[in-house]
Amino acid sequence: MSNQVSFGLSPERAAERVAESISLRKRRENRFLFLGKSAVAVALGFLVLLFAGILSKGIPGLFQHYVTLDVQLDAERLDPSGQGTLESLADGDFDGVVRDALYEALGGPTGRKAKRQARRLISSGSGQRLMHHVLDNPDQMRSKVALQFAVDDDVDTFLRGLISRDTPEADRRVSDQMISYIDLLQAKGRISYEISDYLFFGSASRDAEMAGIRGALVGSILTLLVCIVIAFPLGVATAVYLEEMAPKNRLTEIIEININNLAAVPSVVFGIMGLAVFIVIFGMPRSIPLVGGIVLALMTLPTIIISSRASIRAVPPSIRDAALGVGASKMQTITHHVLPLAMPGMLTGTIIGMAQALGETAPLLMIGMVAFIVDVPSGVTEPGTVLPVQIFMWADFAERMFIQKTSAAIIVLLAFLITMNAAAILLRKKLERRW
Amino acid sequence: MQLEESSRMVQTTSTLEARTIPDSTLGQIHADNPRMKARNVDVFYADKHAIDNISLDIGSGQVISFIGPSGCGKSTFLRCLNRMNDTIDSCRVSGEIMIDDQNIYDSSIDVVLLRARVGMVFQKPNPFPKSIFDNVAYGPRIHGLATSKVELDHIVETSLQRAGLWEEVRDRLDQPGTGLSGGQQQRLCIARAIAVSPEVILMDEPCSALDPIATAKIEELISELREQYTIVIVTHSMQQAARVSDRTAYFHLGKLIEVGDTKQVFTNPLHALTQDYITGRFG
Repeated sequence: MSNQVSFGLSPERAAERVAESISLRKRRENRFLFLGKSAVAVALGFLVLLFAGILSKGIPGLFQHYVTLDVQLDAERLDPSGQGTLESLADGDFDGVVRDALYEALGGPTGRKAKRQARRLISSGSGQRLMHHVLDNPDQMRSKVALQFAVDDDVDTFLRGLISRDTPEADRRVSDQMISYIDLLQAKGRISYEISDYLFFGSASRDAEMAGIRGALVGSILTLLVCIVIAFPLGVATAVYLEEMAPKNRLTEIIEININNLAAVPSVVFGIMGLAVFIVIFGMPRSIPLVGGIVLALMTLPTIIISSRASIRAVPPSIRDAALGVGASKMQTITHHVLPLAMPGMLTGTIIGMAQALGETAPLLMIGMVAFIVDVPSGVTEPGTVLPVQIFMWADFAERMFIQKTSAAIIVLLAFLITMNAAAILLRKKLERRW
Repeated sequence: MQLEESSRMVQTTSTLEARTIPDSTLGQIHADNPRMKARNVDVFYADKHAIDNISLDIGSGQVISFIGPSGCGKSTFLRCLNRMNDTIDSCRVSGEIMIDDQNIYDSSIDVVLLRARVGMVFQKPNPFPKSIFDNVAYGPRIHGLATSKVELDHIVETSLQRAGLWEEVRDRLDQPGTGLSGGQQQRLCIARAIAVSPEVILMDEPCSALDPIATAKIEELISELREQYTIVIVTHSMQQAARVSDRTAYFHLGKLIEVGDTKQVFTNPLHALTQDYITGRFG
């Protein structure tokens, strides 16, 4: 009984062939490794490009130029009835006071034309800004205080060097007179470049220097809250029912296929459905975070259901057997053992769904969340907008300063997303258990 | 040698063909003091006839072992005894399985109560990913067996003692049960099963994932537990069946071929199939 009879290949010969095949295998492995590494490198490269692009454009958008003016807080002019309330201040001449402070800083321009040029230097919301300052600091009344006011967006753009002095006067939005005033203010050290408070605390505005994301940020948070409150319990309940209780028959098969199909439906379709059902049939108001949240919940439900089912399926059957074996009911088995073990996966799926919802624009356009709303929504039934829609709107505006504001808003949106994902990872780490 | 091999195979096949499966079970299916009685039990998985007309008594305070080649239906039959087969959608069971003269497949029977009376230990140790204490306390908690923390502590302690695990884990009850060794995990699962004071404990190849030392400990434990519980054990180890059980049932292709006192089955089997199996001819 020898090997040569049965195989016809001597051990020496076999070893040679194995050695040959090893070099081939090694070459293949190296090629595969190279492909994998280059794919990762390309992906990283694009990521770096993306971030570099957004950050280089967006970081200047986090700042804007302010001019410091010495304002005489004249009680008679600002608060004629002397009550210090919002109503009584509404009669005050804040614009006039700011204007006077500006003329003083410029050394008193004479003539209507020069004054009009001077007024164009500062933001049209300066009077409003002074009013809020007075409201917050009533004790400063009758004194002279140095306050910062935003410069007009064209002036800001000029100060950033994006408008050239060499352009003929007729072709630029900043006149020669204004340029000389700007030079004067700069010489006096009155112009500063600082973190934009309007960006974080201001609301939607057609004036680029006053436009902010506060309303949109609050709108996004409210919308996501509605979305998670609806989508998470509904998604988990559906997943548990389909995975643990539903009989496996034709009907559940059709439901399963349809859930998978829904995950692939373009989001704008959900928007149209929201418009048709919630606004037209149920008569809910347009542009409110409640409707937005419901529409986004419907959109994220398939994602949550699919990931929840996958994580329920990943719970070892032996755990179920163990629970049933000591006499736990089906419900107890699910709530005591299956759900806690599947929870990290479910949460991950939910947060991925939420991140998707956070970045969604199209369905919200359909239900009117694109409206121009200055007030910050204080509840889910008040009109509002959301971050991506705000970005979409700003990107559409012609003023150059909106380019920076748009990029800055994108940075805020990305920061929001990264925070959510980090929270998801932390939560999963905390809940994950070995078995 | 090749020739020799094939001729032996031919011979085995021919003898197998010659051995007919009997119409009814040989030996003594009745027990003097039955705890459970199965009568004419058939089990189908979809179209597959997994258990064919089995009748068998499980004697009170006895250890009965089910042996037979893989796929013979012994685990299926075991899982019928506490209706664990209910979890398989395609599984249908007909016939009667009585406990205290009540059919456990009767619609009036609460399966939760049944499983509290008929506990189970599985092939692979499957402690919950919880602390050792919580593993044992889980059953008593859901069934409301303990009215106070002191009582619960007592149940956990006695269960672990009876499972022979108390000395090893008494200082680390709050540590996860999954951190124990395989043998310890299986004894933890036995402690979990006896914590709800069942009448019958079903064991589905409890030692197949364990090393010989852990196996010896479990077997020792089974010998101690037989005084208080009725035990049904499925095993692939003939030696184990011979060591731990009072009665032995031999299954073949979904049929119960023969059942009798362990000693008699192993020394003087009534059917040729049983003899072939226990002498290692096949299986």
